[in-house]
Amino acid sequence: MAWETVIGLEIHAQLATHSKIFSSSSTTFGAVPNAQANLVDLGYPGVLPVLNGAAVRMAVMFGLAIGAQIAPRSVFARKNYFYPDLPKGYQISQYELPIVAGGHMDIVLEDGSARRIGITRAHLEEDAGKSLHEGLPGLSGIDLNRAGTPLIEIVSEPDMRTAKEAVAYMKKIHTLVRYLRICDGNMQEGSFRCDANVSVRQVGAEKLGTRAEIKNINSFRYVEKAINFEVARQIEVLEGGGKVVQETRLYDPDRGETRSMRSKEEANDYRYFPDPDLLPVELDAEFISGLAAQLPELPDQKAQRFASQYGLSPYDASVLTASTELADYYEQVVRELGGEPKLAANWVAGDLSGFLNRDGLEIGHSRIAPAALAALLARVRDNTISGKIAKDVFEAMWQDQQSADAIIAARGLQQITDDGPIKAAIAAVMAANPGQLADYRAGKDKLFGFFVGQAMKATQGKANPARLNELLKQLLGG
Amino acid sequence: MHSETVAQLKEGLRARRYSAVELARSLLARIERAQPELNAFISIETEQALAAAAEADRRLAAGNAPPLTGVPIAHKDIFCAAGSRTTCGSRMLANFVSPYDATVVARLRAAGAVVLGKTNMDEFAMGSSNENSYFGPVRNPWDLTRVPGGSSGGSAAAVAARLVPAATATDTGGSIRQPAALCGVTGLKPTYGRVSRYGMIAFASSLDQAGVLARSAEDVALLLGAMAGFDARDSTSVERAVPDYVAGLNQPLRGLRIGLLKEFFDAGLDPNIEVLLRTALEQLRAQGAVLQEVSLPNLPLSVPTYYVVAPAECSSNLARFDGVRFGHRCENPRDLKDLYERSRGEGFGPEVKRRIMTGTYVLSAGYYDAYYLKAQRVRALIAADFARAFETVDVLISPTTPTAAFELGAKTSDPVTMYLNDIYTIGANLAGLPAISIPCGFVNALPAGLQIVGPHFAEERLLNVAHRYQQESDWHQRAPEAYR
Amino acid sequence: MSLNRADIENIAHLARLALSDAEVPVYAESLSRIIALVGELDHAATAGITPMSHPLPGLSQRLRADEATETDQRELYQRNAPQVMAGLYMVPRVIE
Repeated sequence: MAWETVIGLEIHAQLATHSKIFSSSSTTFGAVPNAQANLVDLGYPGVLPVLNGAAVRMAVMFGLAIGAQIAPRSVFARKNYFYPDLPKGYQISQYELPIVAGGHMDIVLEDGSARRIGITRAHLEEDAGKSLHEGLPGLSGIDLNRAGTPLIEIVSEPDMRTAKEAVAYMKKIHTLVRYLRICDGNMQEGSFRCDANVSVRQVGAEKLGTRAEIKNINSFRYVEKAINFEVARQIEVLEGGGKVVQETRLYDPDRGETRSMRSKEEANDYRYFPDPDLLPVELDAEFISGLAAQLPELPDQKAQRFASQYGLSPYDASVLTASTELADYYEQVVRELGGEPKLAANWVAGDLSGFLNRDGLEIGHSRIAPAALAALLARVRDNTISGKIAKDVFEAMWQDQQSADAIIAARGLQQITDDGPIKAAIAAVMAANPGQLADYRAGKDKLFGFFVGQAMKATQGKANPARLNELLKQLLGG
Repeated sequence: MHSETVAQLKEGLRARRYSAVELARSLLARIERAQPELNAFISIETEQALAAAAEADRRLAAGNAPPLTGVPIAHKDIFCAAGSRTTCGSRMLANFVSPYDATVVARLRAAGAVVLGKTNMDEFAMGSSNENSYFGPVRNPWDLTRVPGGSSGGSAAAVAARLVPAATATDTGGSIRQPAALCGVTGLKPTYGRVSRYGMIAFASSLDQAGVLARSAEDVALLLGAMAGFDARDSTSVERAVPDYVAGLNQPLRGLRIGLLKEFFDAGLDPNIEVLLRTALEQLRAQGAVLQEVSLPNLPLSVPTYYVVAPAECSSNLARFDGVRFGHRCENPRDLKDLYERSRGEGFGPEVKRRIMTGTYVLSAGYYDAYYLKAQRVRALIAADFARAFETVDVLISPTTPTAAFELGAKTSDPVTMYLNDIYTIGANLAGLPAISIPCGFVNALPAGLQIVGPHFAEERLLNVAHRYQQESDWHQRAPEAYR
Repeated sequence: MSLNRADIENIAHLARLALSDAEVPVYAESLSRIIALVGELDHAATAGITPMSHPLPGLSQRLRADEATETDQRELYQRNAPQVMAGLYMVPRVIE
């Protein structure tokens, strides 16, 4: 049986406003419990919501950036259910008339393939508070600081077919909201959360299979793992003759599996109706075009420019434009280097990103500045050091905060390009390995690599690889 | 002092015929005496009142005191008042002390009014007889075996019994006007959005409005002027200047076009009330008004429409009462579900539970279109009927209630029978229109009320008509025997 | 349209209201009467009419400036709380 996976993502991004969506409480993260929960946030008797204009503007910017329609009239609706972190017993959200409808996001995968993922809608709503359970026997403690923080909920069409596509889409949305400065994208703090709707069906089937919703996944890695686990789980259930239950599940990263959420056994009847305390939001063409004029260079535009201006593949361009900060860093390196965009791209997307990830740092806190990296790459370009040695120098620069030149000098890492020392090293290796020499000359071509390795070792890795190869060919050939 | 109007008291205080403290003391004594038989108050705030009165006297002596300085009032216990127990007539909030002032409370405080206490009401404003209060029923000062009307029964009884010259109240389906009619006082529900709802515990958000009960149109005008106006904390509050409601009171009525609501002179109306109404209309005609019959064909659907919309909104508005952050919590909850179910089951009375359940039902999956959406469409039809009528008339006049005050317990067996009391008043709430009820006579020694409805923001006109009528009649000055 | 026991139990659950066994049929009866009253709406001709959610037509939502003006008044606001520990509102354990 050939199975097809169908994935849709619902992303909740906290909007980076100063105050909450319906009250003037601060949205700053990390305050003492309930210090940032005012009467409106607490749902006290008699209080009323008043809409934050910045939240509306941010939602519109997002809609414009994804090519969606901005609703000239949108309505807030109450989503009614009981939960301790939901003070009013309802969440103010949008239901039938969201502020943004339609739109799309183009993604590029590592293998170069590109897909357009449809976006059904994006709407404004308020966040709930938090429940804390640690160290409280039989009780939970409710902190409502987060209650009322503005969210934009972005719902994709069920257009994704692999976990990798889902991750690429999630990363692209993450990039976009940060470019627009509408969300800080901080997943550890919960500013950017993802629910994945996953189902499978037989290839060629028209109807969608029953889906499971995996809630609140807060890392790109977990999204991929959770989806892959869930797909395998569903296939196993179906191949065993069972049925997939429509339910909400949680991803457990410690066990690497999804499991059913006990507290949401029954489907909730949310009894949506338009919130009578809020009037319809009406936006005229002038308001919308005013915001359109303020849009920054968007990720796709920047990636396209990078691809054509720097001769990069679409995938590489997308990696380098994942954030404005990273893109700016890259462009600075190219400027300092006076060229070599591909070399710079390899190093920024490769080594630099690797070290940033390893140390949990954002590009803004990189331990190597663009000019310093450019100086290192200049030494590769002018053959002072090989690319391989450069990696060691890079690590030392990261660690010791010294310049490339200082490290190269201190450790004597200059590449050997003169024929004399290289020939001498080759001669020594040939003399030390008569047997292999004879075998090579007798036709065992594979031994060439052996001689390369030995000769490189004899020069402490400093021989210019290209010249070493040429000279070896000459001398081994006899 | 107790039979003086707000207008007279303002004058008396300014002329130092009595001090604010004397005035407050005198009324507080009346309130205490009347409390066992009327039960009009939930909280009598003697200390705070006397302190506020003392402050009022200081400001009066200093000069430049705000317009209502020293005037004693009461607030319906639905208005949050900082530091004051605010119960909404319910066990759910029996011990709730509000940390903040409703905008209405703050504005009247800023105007210098002295609050004597919080009045009794139907629980969460749901009722037409004030028999649904956790704190016991209120009795009608005209006949203690009868209801004062609801939900603002306490405020209406307090004003009728001359315990306070004026009291705030709220009206969602008639809760100011109906008790005004049953208690022989004047009660105004302003246009939706005219007065801020911030701090007014919500029952049905698209219908609720804060208003005034007093003994004359002039007094209502004085209080409305202090209460009304845009409030940034209420998104449904309208940005529109507040006129001087007193200035236009004496406008002659010549040429006033009065529409008589055909649908309301029907079989359900007590014929004695009809006689009183027709007599009142003649008085207005004598002042130059012109009468014509108008038909609002969808108006008879007001009650069913209301009993979908109001419960739907209240079922959601009352979900915040869950025993977590404030309000009644059950003892030893077994788990979260038990906490919710028992706290709410114990905290709410039967009528509140009925309406929450009705609202939950009409919003639930599969019923939303047939009930809620349908009701909101009929609401649009009713509003359109009114708008069309106001193209040819300036005001609409009808009886306020089909009967005079009924006996306690007479209508409690079937909720629908009780609901039908609001048949003449509900339309104005659905369409957001201002409406006033004024006394127009007596039926078997019980007061009857006449309702005047106007287009949006026509409060001045309504007060003008009411005032001109009250200049030529004295029904509004009659007092129940025991409270003269 | 009359409501039965199961309807009332379902509604009471959605609304988180504890009803005793004896209360269920009482509410079933009164709610059935109310729903019968409401049934009169069926007769109204409403095809093509836009539902009215707000009584004053033509008004739109005002937008507030994005300013954090509230201060920490936790102590005042928690005076009415039934159970507070370390500033948190306590409830029976929430299972996720």
